[in-house]
Amino acid sequence: MTAADPGAGNVSVGNAPGPYDVARTREDFPILKTLVHGKPLVYLDNAATSQKPRTVLDTLSRYYTEENSNVHRGIHYLSELATQEYEGARSKVRRFLNASDDREIVFVRGATEGINLVAQSYGRQNIGEGDEIIISAMEHHSNIVPWQMLCQERGAQLRVIPMNDDGELLMDEYEKLLGPKTKLVSVVHISNSLGTINPVEQIIQMAHGRGVPVLIDGAQSVPHMPVDVRKLDCDFLVFSGHKIYGPTGIGALYGKADLLEAMPPFQGGGDMIKSVTFEKTIYNSLPYKFEAGTPNIAGTIGLGAAIDYVTGLGMDRTLAYERELLEYGTQRLSSINGLRLVGTARQKGGVLSFVLDGVHPHDIGTILDSEGIAIRAGHHCTQPVMERFGIPATARASMAFYNTKEEIDALVKGIDKVIEVFS
Amino acid sequence: MPDFQDLYQDMVMDHNNRPRNFRVLEDASRQADGYNPLCGDRLTLYLRIEGDVISDIGFKGSGCAISKASSSLMTESVKGKSKSEAEKIFQAFHHMVTRAPGTDFDDEELGDLEILSGISQFPARVKCAILAWHTLRSALEGPQDPATTE
Repeated sequence: MTAADPGAGNVSVGNAPGPYDVARTREDFPILKTLVHGKPLVYLDNAATSQKPRTVLDTLSRYYTEENSNVHRGIHYLSELATQEYEGARSKVRRFLNASDDREIVFVRGATEGINLVAQSYGRQNIGEGDEIIISAMEHHSNIVPWQMLCQERGAQLRVIPMNDDGELLMDEYEKLLGPKTKLVSVVHISNSLGTINPVEQIIQMAHGRGVPVLIDGAQSVPHMPVDVRKLDCDFLVFSGHKIYGPTGIGALYGKADLLEAMPPFQGGGDMIKSVTFEKTIYNSLPYKFEAGTPNIAGTIGLGAAIDYVTGLGMDRTLAYERELLEYGTQRLSSINGLRLVGTARQKGGVLSFVLDGVHPHDIGTILDSEGIAIRAGHHCTQPVMERFGIPATARASMAFYNTKEEIDALVKGIDKVIEVFS
Repeated sequence: MPDFQDLYQDMVMDHNNRPRNFRVLEDASRQADGYNPLCGDRLTLYLRIEGDVISDIGFKGSGCAISKASSSLMTESVKGKSKSEAEKIFQAFHHMVTRAPGTDFDDEELGDLEILSGISQFPARVKCAILAWHTLRSALEGPQDPATTE
């Protein structure tokens, strides 16, 4: 695989076209054969992190076995190979998001670092005293705290779009919040704790109507639905590799070239400079200006392999399959007495957050774990969402395209057991 | 293999459903809040100290079955005890719930608290069991920030 030909490469795409075959997909994920406490693993914690297909694992191993070298500076064979693979992965991300230029793709540790980069670089340059940043009531802490830090430093204000009891943003209220002081809007595409798919296209249009740029937190959307940054016309978008079946510690920030161009560097160091003297440093061009130090080369190449994999399966097909699972799961869980779904928006991704009468989510999590079922219990790094719904925590089952209806049935059986223990 | 039945024994569930000393002490001489931000367990602990002795104790709050049962059991075990006796029980309890799998613990100080010994098999739940004890220590030591298991 080279930068000139960074396409599907050595990835098996045997699952497309034709009807989606989940059994075949599962074969690609070695960890799904794990037994937990003697029972088959039912992995329903995909919003926290996703499992990795063999092609990603093999890519990581091959990189370290056959290609390991530093990028962008060697004149030797391995360094050129590693650089080609690394830059090839950038092109894959660019194509995957339908960005127009590789220079618009900055590799970061994950969505969190991407948001911090924009807050520290764009934010410090463009946001001052009395200015306002708009976020939503369902943001992950990673899309709250970096802006709070910035607001505190600059004397700016954070404004929050409220939501209704189904977990849908109140667009009228958003309209009212947009004003002459608004300097940036930063909202989540799919909520990790409620599953809501926000109308980001409309959110962006409304902000652009007032000349306000928009950052989209795509951590939960990019892995599960086609996301086209040019169609959305977002100014920034971040996502994490580990949630899209790739390695941890790698993610990407998309930014419109003119915005990135005008922004100061985020961190200083090697690779982000053109020349350094003790008197003056000239920064490198995009995207290297934002990639100080030796990057996560293996992770980046692994992310490229993950993107090849999901592209091979077909995002439209996996999206349709995940919708079917969500519908089935919603229907099965809704029929359980004493169970209440938290997050019932009309447009939803594969997240089923719920509470059970008289049972704390942590107890649900422990009993399900004993059945081999992995869910998450807690506030999901969205404490303001929990407060909005007046609950300390939820139990959350979150799905991926390798989950099955049988696994949903196992979840329902597990919940029945919880109810039995607590009756 | 950890069995959740070891965790949710009848007596634990009984303390969860009917927590003892679950009340505000109007004449409390000490009070402390405990909070586990990870799962949202919260409790407020009220103590009446006479001389060196915890003469009365009560708690209010909400949380998982383990945190509630553990709070209830804690209040029963330290009522009427001196501060240093309570600290000794805490040490013994702490060792019991954090011990390595398959190792023994000293049950001399523990009494009913022993029913929570199964927690050592569930490392993710140790914090739930220990929150009440951290809060007790915080109350005994006097006014400060809420106790937390983080």
